[in-house]
Amino acid sequence: MSLFKKLFTAVRGAATEAGEAVVDSQALRIMDQEIRDAENELKKSKEGLTTVMAQKMATERQVKEKQKAIEEHEGYAVQALDKGDEGLAIQIAEKIAEFSNELTPLETLLTGQTQSVNQLKQTIKQTEKRLQATKREVALIKSTASVQKAQDAIAATHSGSTSAMSSAMDSMQRIKARQQEKSDKMNAALALENEGGDGDLKAKMAAAGITDSGASGNSILEKLKAKQSNASAQ
Amino acid sequence: MSKNNMTLPDLATALNGLETEEGMSFNAEVINGEVPTLQVTVSDREEFPIYITIDDSQILAVSYLWKESEIKPGSREELLEALLTLNIPMPLSSFSKLGGQYVIFGALSCHSDIEDIIHEVDTLSDNTLEALESISEFLQ
Repeated sequence: MSLFKKLFTAVRGAATEAGEAVVDSQALRIMDQEIRDAENELKKSKEGLTTVMAQKMATERQVKEKQKAIEEHEGYAVQALDKGDEGLAIQIAEKIAEFSNELTPLETLLTGQTQSVNQLKQTIKQTEKRLQATKREVALIKSTASVQKAQDAIAATHSGSTSAMSSAMDSMQRIKARQQEKSDKMNAALALENEGGDGDLKAKMAAAGITDSGASGNSILEKLKAKQSNASAQ
Repeated sequence: MSKNNMTLPDLATALNGLETEEGMSFNAEVINGEVPTLQVTVSDREEFPIYITIDDSQILAVSYLWKESEIKPGSREELLEALLTLNIPMPLSSFSKLGGQYVIFGALSCHSDIEDIIHEVDTLSDNTLEALESISEFLQ
């Protein structure tokens, strides 16, 4: 089907441009037109199928009529033979031969029409599938074009911090650096928290009168006071 | 059809500000154009947004990877081989190419519910970073 070949070539052309920068709107217009052409073609095939199916039904009806007529006349012939009317029986038999001769081409026609219907149905199914696939691809190209436009707009507004313009590796490095920074911050916070925890414990111990230092002003004063009171008591 | 098909604005509303169990949060914005596209940015991974489109046949989520020009000279064949090999082990996503742009994508049925789509975006974002990590030796 040359139409589809043309269509795919058009898609490929526009996609290449989509990958580079912004999709060529002219190429997209041509593609849209070609999809529409393919859709029209499909519509015609479907109409063709309807016609062939109607013809096939008419042939089927004719075949049935002939078969019925043959059956009926065979009955008549037997009846004529039963009555011993050989002359009439022969006339009837000739009629049956006439019907049979008419039936054969009708049956051949019906076989051909049945094949046509099956073939058309298959072609339509395949065409529809390919058309769907092409439409999906075109939609994705258009979506990419929208995305690129949006990214270009962002890049134009915030020049400097543009993900659209940097390479995938640069972007990846930035993400990694951010993750590292985040984990560094988390570790630092964790370390701080631990220190804070120690401080907290010291405060609690002090409040409970437990000190790690051997001597403090108060304890020395207490000792002196105790000495003094001991001396005055003697 | 028992379920209504999801639309982009529905999806934007559902995704905006959403936070996953793993602490990822999403920001969704519709880019209007001939084919409306939803741009979903994932927290801390703003460089690689996920783009979602919905048509009659499927919901497509795409993330843009590198361009042909970013491949180290002479590494292209190895890179393509690596991508093909990665395709099956990688959950839910596949690689593709749009012109000179390499992409990673996942396709869902139009009747997918919001949980399925969130799972898709979540996975696609992880896969994007993992793919870049695995392929980085071939990129410049």
